[in-house]
Amino acid sequence: MLKINHVTKLFNANTVDEKLALSNVNLSLAPSDFVTVIGSNGAGKSTLMNVISGVLKPDDGNVIIDDVEVNKLHEYQRSQWIARVFQDPMAGTSPNMTIAENLSIAYLRGYKRTLNWGLNKKKKHFFKEQLERLGIGLENRLNAKVGLLSGGERQALSLLMATFTKPKILLLDEHTAALDPSRAELISNLTEKVVREFNLTTLMVTHNMAQAIQLGNRLIMMDKGQVIMDIPPSKKQGLTVEDLLHEFTAIKGEELNDDRVILG
Amino acid sequence: MYMFIALEGSIELGLLYVLMALGVYISFRILDFPDLTVDGSFTTGAAVSAVMITHGYAPLLATLSGFLAGAVAGTITGLLHTKGKINNLLSGIVMMIALYSINLRIMGKPNTPLFGENTVFSVIPEDYFLVIVPVVIIILKLLVDAFLHTDIGFALRATGDNQRMIRSFGVNTDFTIILGIALSNGLVAMSGALVAQYQGFADISMGVGMIVIGLASVIIGEAIFGHKTVFRATLAVLLGAIVYRMVIALALQLNMNAEDLKLITALIVVAALILPKIQKSLGQKRKILERIREVNNKVENNGRDINA
Repeated sequence: MLKINHVTKLFNANTVDEKLALSNVNLSLAPSDFVTVIGSNGAGKSTLMNVISGVLKPDDGNVIIDDVEVNKLHEYQRSQWIARVFQDPMAGTSPNMTIAENLSIAYLRGYKRTLNWGLNKKKKHFFKEQLERLGIGLENRLNAKVGLLSGGERQALSLLMATFTKPKILLLDEHTAALDPSRAELISNLTEKVVREFNLTTLMVTHNMAQAIQLGNRLIMMDKGQVIMDIPPSKKQGLTVEDLLHEFTAIKGEELNDDRVILG
Repeated sequence: MYMFIALEGSIELGLLYVLMALGVYISFRILDFPDLTVDGSFTTGAAVSAVMITHGYAPLLATLSGFLAGAVAGTITGLLHTKGKINNLLSGIVMMIALYSINLRIMGKPNTPLFGENTVFSVIPEDYFLVIVPVVIIILKLLVDAFLHTDIGFALRATGDNQRMIRSFGVNTDFTIILGIALSNGLVAMSGALVAQYQGFADISMGVGMIVIGLASVIIGEAIFGHKTVFRATLAVLLGAIVYRMVIALALQLNMNAEDLKLITALIVVAALILPKIQKSLGQKRKILERIREVNNKVENNGRDINA
């Protein structure tokens, strides 16, 4: 479904700030794989997401979606296959537009936009049904501006907008990191529910080791621009945080030491 | 009586400036793109229509050509910003300056009189001006509303709101920005074409300060009439443009110096831009204090829980 071949990204080449964000990364996701990605700051997780979604172009290597090489495609062109939920709850929605209008925009992923009405009765009915799945009462607020929603509500809406058209690939970029623990858990559970229901091929970046273990069928750890650990479905069951830390020390010969990694 | 005539005149003129204000609303509010092209494109619309009318073309065709000329100017501004990666303010300024020369080229002289020529207003009996023109303007306003409620219109609105989000749903924001700025300047130029025909001449300097007048209309309208929905906001802009003209007429009635009008307009815009911000920051401060009290309460409660 998604293949990343020998991808390298070098920032600020030939300056003092030079940084090898991705170094010859290879990764292959099978259909309906749910891969969680952990790693300390600067490990290259976000860069990997940006290279896949087309925000950044790799300096070397290529990205292949469903056997199509997409290196030359812009972010907006890749969006026909790739959906994304950002860390910032403000990033995934349009605050001055209503919930229904936002959903209508998301509904046309992969389609040409025309001068047809953005909303009609049928669409509104469908959106209402979709919102009910979230179970947080948004179905009764179709005409409310999204800017009035709380961070958790906006992130739940973002998740729905990203997934209800069943994209081929779902990228989750620390999408629960900016929420308080109870909201984060809600979004985390919703994520599990929709990913399973729609059978989405998913790549989720997280700082929370417990979450990385709890969700998904496969786990990879990144460090200094490389994938240093790839735990297959067979071994992911029964994995603990201690196992991960132990493994990290065994591979790198040093303790994992980063304030932002939450041991959970 | 004299006062009433002045007021009637200001309403008539205000109606013609509505399209300009709607154009500024699209660039400034919908796209969040402060577009200074307006000062040039207003004159471009006037120049194109005036020259066409003096060459015997139908006034309606001349007016629509004015719209197209403005849209072309807007397209170039949009291209400068999106493809040339020039800052949005600067792209507008560059285009505004370029249009000054282009407008002179179109007219061949700084002023094109239309006295005695047929205009779009010639067919309207004088008593019906304030019936027919408002109807036409309202129809155009409703067309803008309708456009902003189509799928493309949604994409345009989201572009001004959150570019990153709309790109992640497959919209090329370069395209929506160019489209929006083109439409905006088309409306502005059409307004210029109408004003030229109403006052009986096109003049090279008639667009000077137009962006500020447009902003004043948008801001006054929104402040008085609200802007919860698109329909309401465009209605507010429409009324704002008329109110602005009435305020100016009133200022002149009070023997204010005509030379000071632009200064007054600028002051209105500054006040209207600053006051809501002060209001907002005061409101936020209050909210933060409330939240701090809430959090403090929570902390205290938690402490008790642990002890219990």
